[in-house]
Amino acid sequence: MFPTPIQNYSLKINIGYRVLLVFTLIIWLLPLLAVMLTSIRTFDDVLAGNYWTFPEETALVSNYTAVFADGKMAGFFLNSLIITIPTVIGTLFLSSLAGYSLAMHKFKLNLLVFAMFIAGNFVPYQILMIPVRNISIELGMYNSHLGLIIFHIAFQTGFCTFFLRNFIKELPFELIEAARADGATEWMIYRKIIIPLTIPALAALGVLEFTFIWNDYFWALILTQGDTVKPITVGLDVLRGQWTTAWNLVSAGSVVAALPPVIMFFILQRQFIHGLTFGAVKG
Amino acid sequence: MSFWERNQLKIAPFLFLAPAILIFLVYVIYPIFDSIWVSFHEWNGMDKSGTRANGKPNWEFVGFKNYITLFTDDDEFYVSLFNNVRWLIFSLLAVPIGLALALFVNQRILGIRYIKSLFYFPFVINAVVIGVIFTWFYNPKYGALSLVLGFFGLDPIPMLADESLATYGIIIASFFPGIAYTMILYITGLTGVSREMIEAGRIDGASGFTMLWHIVLPQLRPATLIAIVVTLVGALRAFDLIAVMTAGGPWGSSEVLAYKMYQEALFNFRMGYGAAIATILFLIMDIYIAWFLYRLFKNERSEK
Repeated sequence: MFPTPIQNYSLKINIGYRVLLVFTLIIWLLPLLAVMLTSIRTFDDVLAGNYWTFPEETALVSNYTAVFADGKMAGFFLNSLIITIPTVIGTLFLSSLAGYSLAMHKFKLNLLVFAMFIAGNFVPYQILMIPVRNISIELGMYNSHLGLIIFHIAFQTGFCTFFLRNFIKELPFELIEAARADGATEWMIYRKIIIPLTIPALAALGVLEFTFIWNDYFWALILTQGDTVKPITVGLDVLRGQWTTAWNLVSAGSVVAALPPVIMFFILQRQFIHGLTFGAVKG
Repeated sequence: MSFWERNQLKIAPFLFLAPAILIFLVYVIYPIFDSIWVSFHEWNGMDKSGTRANGKPNWEFVGFKNYITLFTDDDEFYVSLFNNVRWLIFSLLAVPIGLALALFVNQRILGIRYIKSLFYFPFVINAVVIGVIFTWFYNPKYGALSLVLGFFGLDPIPMLADESLATYGIIIASFFPGIAYTMILYITGLTGVSREMIEAGRIDGASGFTMLWHIVLPQLRPATLIAIVVTLVGALRAFDLIAVMTAGGPWGSSEVLAYKMYQEALFNFRMGYGAAIATILFLIMDIYIAWFLYRLFKNERSEK
């Protein structure tokens, strides 16, 4: 193990290490601690410039209800869910189909198609911006949930196909050969062999994609107008303008906007890290 | 046997690929070429066959004019380009800092799993929230930074209102999720480092920095590569934090190409000009794309 296990050192160093560790962690999380504390402060408390002291009078309930008061925040939150969940499902479906095809079938343009998905994935958003906006307008999907969902599925399919193709390629080819010999159709192989064996990768990608789409700001800015379709990222930016220096409300709103991916991360941490570090160990 | 049964193996892969390819071609590949085409035109975004109030057509071919204007007659373009360079260079600091933190927490003690996840989770917080938090942090009147500076008897620094500091202020905010990410990569990478080699190194008297440099880092190469690629691509994509924290200000001093493109196209209605900026950004990114594909296919071939 590297560095040398701390247990090999003296008791003093062991205690010192633990103290330093907790201290570093607190420094690291300081901005978030401040936000969480501020989100339960009263406005007067905020104006008095209190940051780190635990508020004498907590306004947890009143701040968070105030955030949802005019109904906008709930709408933005709902929009985020309406956009994110179908996108994740659609992306996983399309890219698992494509990944199976690219991993287990030999045909001429295989590598070229694979390269296209990878390359597209690195493209700067701005080179897509004007045409994607125009396509959405022409198809009548500008400022609709569907417009955002379809675009997200298209773009994320690049990364997910790359990921799933590499994962499926590691599965034993003999399984598929045997199934084919038994007369299984390709669709049955996909349904009954590939999908069950790919569940860990799909779970990893699922949590990752949920986070990416939930956190999207740019495309929501480009493809929406007004408040009816906006997800919570753009919504928070709008509400921030209304709340101005009511930092307690800004903080509470930030906590709400950040929460779903954070909860998902803590519950599905193993899948999350597996997805994120795919290819980081062996390569 | 029916036609389908005989040819299934040949046709099925294309049917499986068709939806993904189709949607990818329409929303990713075609737009790239369309943007490049738009960049050779002057276009206000209106109906292409219509005319403007001054009698000029909405859509007009102008050749390289947009590019010439960018390079010879637009100081803001150079400000943005230079800021992109600053983003590229300084955001790379997230890589060694992430490595240092990963080494720091890579111990087996009680509760370390929870400590690690508390280090990781800023990665999943969206840029708007990070931007809002740091804007408040930098606020000269109400911000924590002024409070800390005041504690040391220093005057408040208006990070985001200062032309020479704004970009750095935003880059520092980007470190929060950025370092969490590189740290996750390195901790996972460290679990794959061979024990035998570490033990052999110890017997040969290597320790501390020598061990890290000669034995551990070479084994962390895949993690380092991914960390660098993702950090660089992220730096070139920098947009969200800038939009939320400064909107490119003060006086355009914190703009980057991505943000300038958005401004020109959607606020100044100069679609062609915006597309030209996007094309330049795309060409810069192509260097990384080419390098990444080259590496990938070299590996692919060596596996066969």
